[in-house]
Amino acid sequence: MSLAGDISAGTPRIHLSKDMQQLIYRLLAAGLLCVALSVATDAFFTTNNILNVLRQASLLFFLASGLTLVILTGGLDLSVGANIGLSACLAATVIKATGSPALGTLTGLATGCAIGVCNGLMVAKLRIPSFIATYGMLWVLHGLTYYYMAGETIHGFPPGFRQIGSGYFLGIPIPVYLMIGFLIAGTVFAQRTVWGQQIYAIGANPVAARLTGIPVDRRLILVYAFSGAMAGVASIVFLARLNSAEGDIGEAMTLPAIAAVLIGGASLFGGVGSVFGTFVGALILTLVLNGMNLLAVNSSWQPLVTGVIVIFAVWLDMIGRKRS
Amino acid sequence: MSDHALSSAPGSARARIPSVPGVAVALVGLSVLFAVASPGFLTAGNLSNILVQSVILLLLALPMTLIIMTEGLDLSMGAVLTLASLVLALIVVATQSLMLGLAGALCVGLAFGLTNGWLVASLGIPPFVATLGTLGAAQGLALIVSDGQSVVGIPRFVRLVYSGEVAGIPNPILIGAGFYALFHVLLYHTRFGTYICALGGNREALTLAGVKWKRLLISVYMLGGAMAGVAALLMTARMNAGHPTAAIGMEFDAIAAVALGGTSFEKGNGWIFGTLMGVLTVGVLRNGLNLMAVPSSVQVACIGVLVIFALFLDGMRSKKS
Repeated sequence: MSLAGDISAGTPRIHLSKDMQQLIYRLLAAGLLCVALSVATDAFFTTNNILNVLRQASLLFFLASGLTLVILTGGLDLSVGANIGLSACLAATVIKATGSPALGTLTGLATGCAIGVCNGLMVAKLRIPSFIATYGMLWVLHGLTYYYMAGETIHGFPPGFRQIGSGYFLGIPIPVYLMIGFLIAGTVFAQRTVWGQQIYAIGANPVAARLTGIPVDRRLILVYAFSGAMAGVASIVFLARLNSAEGDIGEAMTLPAIAAVLIGGASLFGGVGSVFGTFVGALILTLVLNGMNLLAVNSSWQPLVTGVIVIFAVWLDMIGRKRS
Repeated sequence: MSDHALSSAPGSARARIPSVPGVAVALVGLSVLFAVASPGFLTAGNLSNILVQSVILLLLALPMTLIIMTEGLDLSMGAVLTLASLVLALIVVATQSLMLGLAGALCVGLAFGLTNGWLVASLGIPPFVATLGTLGAAQGLALIVSDGQSVVGIPRFVRLVYSGEVAGIPNPILIGAGFYALFHVLLYHTRFGTYICALGGNREALTLAGVKWKRLLISVYMLGGAMAGVAALLMTARMNAGHPTAAIGMEFDAIAAVALGGTSFEKGNGWIFGTLMGVLTVGVLRNGLNLMAVPSSVQVACIGVLVIFALFLDGMRSKKS
């Protein structure tokens, strides 16, 4: 344990200096985007639109922050979007049946977390490659959600619950507060706790991590459980914002979430990345999509642009690795 | 010397066939189950129906086997098939020429295959992310070219490709059988096939032997794209329309068939006959569940569970050896 502690004390210094440089580039990119959009359209630099961007970024961030931990271990969770679907629909049912938003929220979080644990068990215990295990899970969840909903829509939730998604506090949307909370909690967890540093160590070198006595299997399950639980959080906020649940809710969120993590500087090969980077990534992606909206680009272009951004981000990472 | 090594390699590829083909057990078991459970299953009409309906899936699963053997994956196949089908439909409706339409579909497939291959081989991007990105691109393009609408008014001669028959055998079965034979020969009786085994199993050896493996890998992905183009023709003929979400998710059925068929995701072990049985297993499962009035959403979930189970078995096998 003390050995693991030594290693974890050493890694952040190496990561931080490099990460800082990368982060500054990304913040600059976000700033440039803002300037460009302010010049290009009058609608961008208005309080309403800025708050709108932040609220949209927060939804993406919930999903992407959990995914960041998975990608830090060198894995991938393709089931997060489908996870939102099932979690949201079950939460909606419970709210409707019991009238209690608290019970519904709990259901959503528990569902998301349980799905994550299943993913973690498949990856850690059954040794199925993460991308294919979670890809199988994606279709299992899709199937279950569609069967459960049978094409129905559940809508109309108590006003108190809807505040989570569409309410304001001191003029700022409530999801933005949640985002800041999870940003701080995630950053502290990843950078300042032993478990967080062990997650970096697993991604950087799984064999070495195992040899230093890190309980790799348990950490992997934990990471996938986190990712699932954050999908649960996203499902609740999504539900409260939309005020309705359908089978295909969250379906289109997987690719943007992966894009946000990769834009944020995380490496698919593990060990590199940060929750704050993902926050910046989510912001950049939302700015791009928001800008396309304001410039009246047909929304059909969004998956194409997101796909190209994903590939471009991975490619940049590959170039950086080759140099170092 | 090198010729001798190469000619013996197809034999060794065959020797890697799993000793107990679990897919055969699954196929027979499911067939017996459905034959007992629903009286409509074991009729000549229904069995030929299963074969005909499995052909589109087979056309995707064959190249997917090769791609997975190279330790790759192509998640974009369903979306590329959709886009190719739309392009084919648009061209055929505009020009009334099947050849031009098929050429358009093949071009779309080859272009995406080239892009996938280039991203994976030349840039070194992990295949599941590279093809997830191109999936988004193809899906977006499908929405853009069709403006979200179905393309209708497909001429009769296109529909005949799917519904016609030669000497009493439905066209799709002939097409499927032809491509199956082609892939069998390609994998087991050509140098290209031997190289594919090596791409997944031992890339180092290819480099040392002076093979330009990047070009080879790109061509494997292009083969996948081209087959998506061919499948697009059958799909359009079958649906009598081009639809912007027609084949979304079909790559999952293809990956499921390959995984069920015993092709491994990690060591370049592939088995083309296993893939055929995997395709039939998926076909039988979907058909049987249809007959029992199980909704297609549950079918997808069942296939998902089957895939995870197959991968688990694959992991156990590789642990033992």
